[in-house]
Amino acid sequence: MMSMPTQTFRIVVAKPGLDGHDRGAKIVARALRDAGMEVIYTGLHQTPEEIVETAIQEDADVIGVSILSGAHMTVFPKIFALLRERGADDIVVIAGGVIQAEDVPKLQEMGVAAVYDAEQPLQALVDAVTQHATERRARLGL
Amino acid sequence: MNERERIATERAAWENEDVAAFARRRPERRERFHTFSGEELERLYTPADVEIDYSRDLGYPGRYPFTRGPYPTMYRAQPWTMRQIAGYGTAADTNERFRFLIAQGQTGLSVDFDMPTLMGYDSDDPRSEGEVGREGVAIDTLDDLDELFRGIELDKISVSMTINPTAWILLAMYVALAQERGIPLDRLSGTVQNDIIKEYVAQKEWIYPPRPAMRIVRDTILYSTKHMPHYNPVNVSGYHIREAGATAAQEVAFTLAAGKAYVEEVIAAGGNVDDFAPRLSFFFVSQIDFLEEVAKFRAARRIWARTMKEKYGAKKAESMRLRFHCQTAGASCTAREPLNNIVRTTIEALAAVLGGAQSLHTNGYDEALSIPSETAMKIALRTQQIILEESGVAGTIDPLGGSYAVEALTNRIEQRVNEYFEQIDERGGTIACVEQGWLQQEIADAAFDLARKKDAHEFEFVGVTKYRDENGKMPSLDLHAIDPAWERNQIERLRRTKAERDQSAVAAALERLVRAAKDERENLMPYTIDAVKARATGGEIVNALVPLFGRYKELAIF
Repeated sequence: MMSMPTQTFRIVVAKPGLDGHDRGAKIVARALRDAGMEVIYTGLHQTPEEIVETAIQEDADVIGVSILSGAHMTVFPKIFALLRERGADDIVVIAGGVIQAEDVPKLQEMGVAAVYDAEQPLQALVDAVTQHATERRARLGL
Repeated sequence: MNERERIATERAAWENEDVAAFARRRPERRERFHTFSGEELERLYTPADVEIDYSRDLGYPGRYPFTRGPYPTMYRAQPWTMRQIAGYGTAADTNERFRFLIAQGQTGLSVDFDMPTLMGYDSDDPRSEGEVGREGVAIDTLDDLDELFRGIELDKISVSMTINPTAWILLAMYVALAQERGIPLDRLSGTVQNDIIKEYVAQKEWIYPPRPAMRIVRDTILYSTKHMPHYNPVNVSGYHIREAGATAAQEVAFTLAAGKAYVEEVIAAGGNVDDFAPRLSFFFVSQIDFLEEVAKFRAARRIWARTMKEKYGAKKAESMRLRFHCQTAGASCTAREPLNNIVRTTIEALAAVLGGAQSLHTNGYDEALSIPSETAMKIALRTQQIILEESGVAGTIDPLGGSYAVEALTNRIEQRVNEYFEQIDERGGTIACVEQGWLQQEIADAAFDLARKKDAHEFEFVGVTKYRDENGKMPSLDLHAIDPAWERNQIERLRRTKAERDQSAVAAALERLVRAAKDERENLMPYTIDAVKARATGGEIVNALVPLFGRYKELAIF
C-alpha cells in the first residue's frame, strides 16, 4: 500500500555493483537535497534487489542510479525486471556516470528516462529530476 | 632596513603606482585568483613574501628535509620509472598488454585488477556477474598470477600491484610464485598498494572493519621487512583521496595521516621504525594546477621528513625520505573532445617530474570513456618519453626550487597540512577519524564545493564549461573493447584449478589460517602463502576470515 504522498519529492540515489566511484552520486544527492527534495542515499555495493527494495520502502518518485564501472548493461535490465515484478514500474529511473554513447539509446529503450554525466551542469540534473517527479505524480494523480 | 623590508617597501610602491595606474586602463580578468584547491594566488611573489631559511627548509637533494628531492642526483642518474598501469580480461589478455608496453620501452609493470578480485569475490560469485575482467584483470588463484607474468622475469622488472583489502592475498601469491619459480625473495622489487585507510575514506574497496584490516597491513609490513628488503609493502595513496574531490592540502594531510597510522601500528607491534619506514612508499595524483602541484610534492617530502624525525624519532635518512609514484588526474580528463586530454596529461606529467616523482603513470586520452586502448596508452607513454628525452627538464634537480611563487605555495600547503594533523589528533587519530566518518565528510564537502564552483564558472573546463562546441563531432576513437568471453573463460579457468587441486590440503591450509588469525600476535602471511600454494582462491581465503573479522558497514555520508 502506498503511503500518503507528500509535497516533497522523494529520490533514492543508488550505487549498484562493486563500483566504488561515489563522488558524483554524493554531489548529486546533496544538490537534490539542497533543492528541497528528500534524498535517500543507499551507500555503495547495492544489488538490484536492494535498490528496488529501498525505492519501494521509501516511496520514491525517482531512482538515480550512478554507475562508472561499465556494468550498466547488466544492472539496468535487472532493476527494470524487479520494478515490474513488484508493480513499481511507475518509479522513474535516471542513470548517471560513465555511460558510453552507443549504450545511451539502449538504456532509453529499456526505460531509463535520462542519462547524465559529470559534464552537465548540476542545475540541469536538478531540473530534470524535478520535471520527471512532477510528471510521475501527475500520471498517478497524486 | 634589511633586504626584506626594502623589497616590501619597493613592492608597495609598485602596487600603488604602476599596478594601480595600469589596472585603471586594463582591469584584471578577475577580482581574485585562486589555485584549483581554492588557495588565493597573489599577483606577484617576491623574496619579502616567502619565509624561507635555505638550509633548514630546502637544503640539498637526498638530504633532510628532502624538499628538493629524495636522491642526490635525481633524474641525472635514474630517470623516473615509466609505469603504465594495465589490466583487463583474463591473465593471458593482460600478459599480452604487458609485453606490448615492455616492447615500447616501459621500465616497470603495474597491475590493475578487476572489481571482484579487489573486493575478494571469486569470478564465479553472483556478485561478480558483469564485472569479471572489465576494469582490470581477474585473478582467482595462483595459477592466474603465474599466467599473468608468463615469460616476464620477476627478478629483473619491478611490479606494482594496485590492490587493497585483498592485498595480502596477492602479496602471498606473488611470494608463492617467486618460490615456485626458484627466485629468492630478496631479488623481488616492486610495490603492493595495500593502503586500507584510504579505502574507507576515498576509494571504497573494503571487506573487514578498520581494526582487523590494520592488523593485516601490519603483518604484510613485518613480513616484507624481514624477507623482501627491496619491496614496498605499502603505497600510501593520496590519488584516490584527491580524485574523490579533496583539495591538494587534504590530499597530503590525509595521506600522511594514514602513513602515520601505519607507522604507529607497526611500532605498537614491536617494530623498530628504522627497520621498516625506509620501505614505506607513497602515491599522489598530479592535477592540472601546475604550480600548486609542484609545491604539493615538495611540501609532502618536507612534512614527512619532519614528522618521521621529530614525532617518531627516526634516525636513518631513508626513514625520513618520502618516495612517491604519481598518476595524472583521471578526474581532469573530459569525455568531450577527448584529444584535449593529451594536453592536460602533459601539463600534469610535467608537474610530477618537476615535483620529483619516482615513477609515473600518464593517463590515456580516453580515460573519461573507458579503460585505455593500446593507442591511447602508447601516446601517454610517449608523453613521458618526450619530457625525459626532449624537454630538458630532467637535467637539473628541482628547477622550480627558489621560485618565489612555488616556495610560497609549498609553505602554504605545509601550514594547512599541519593544521589538519592537529585536528586529526584532537579527534583521536586517523583511525578514529575514519570510524567517525570525519575524513569522508571533509572530502565530500570539498567535492561539492568544487562542483558548485564549476557550475558557477569559477573554474573553467575547456570544451565543457567554456568554448563548448555543441556541433562538434566526436573523433572516431578505437576504444578498448569489452569481450564477453572474458568472464566465461575466467570462470572456466577457475573451475579447472578447483577440480585439479587437493581439496583436503586447501581445507587444512584455511583452517590453519583461521587459527592463526585468532591470535593477534601471529603473522597471517606464512599461512596465507601456504593456502595460495594449495590453490585456495582469493574468495575462499577472504570468506574463511569473515566470521572472525566481520564485514565493514559503510557510513553513507554525503
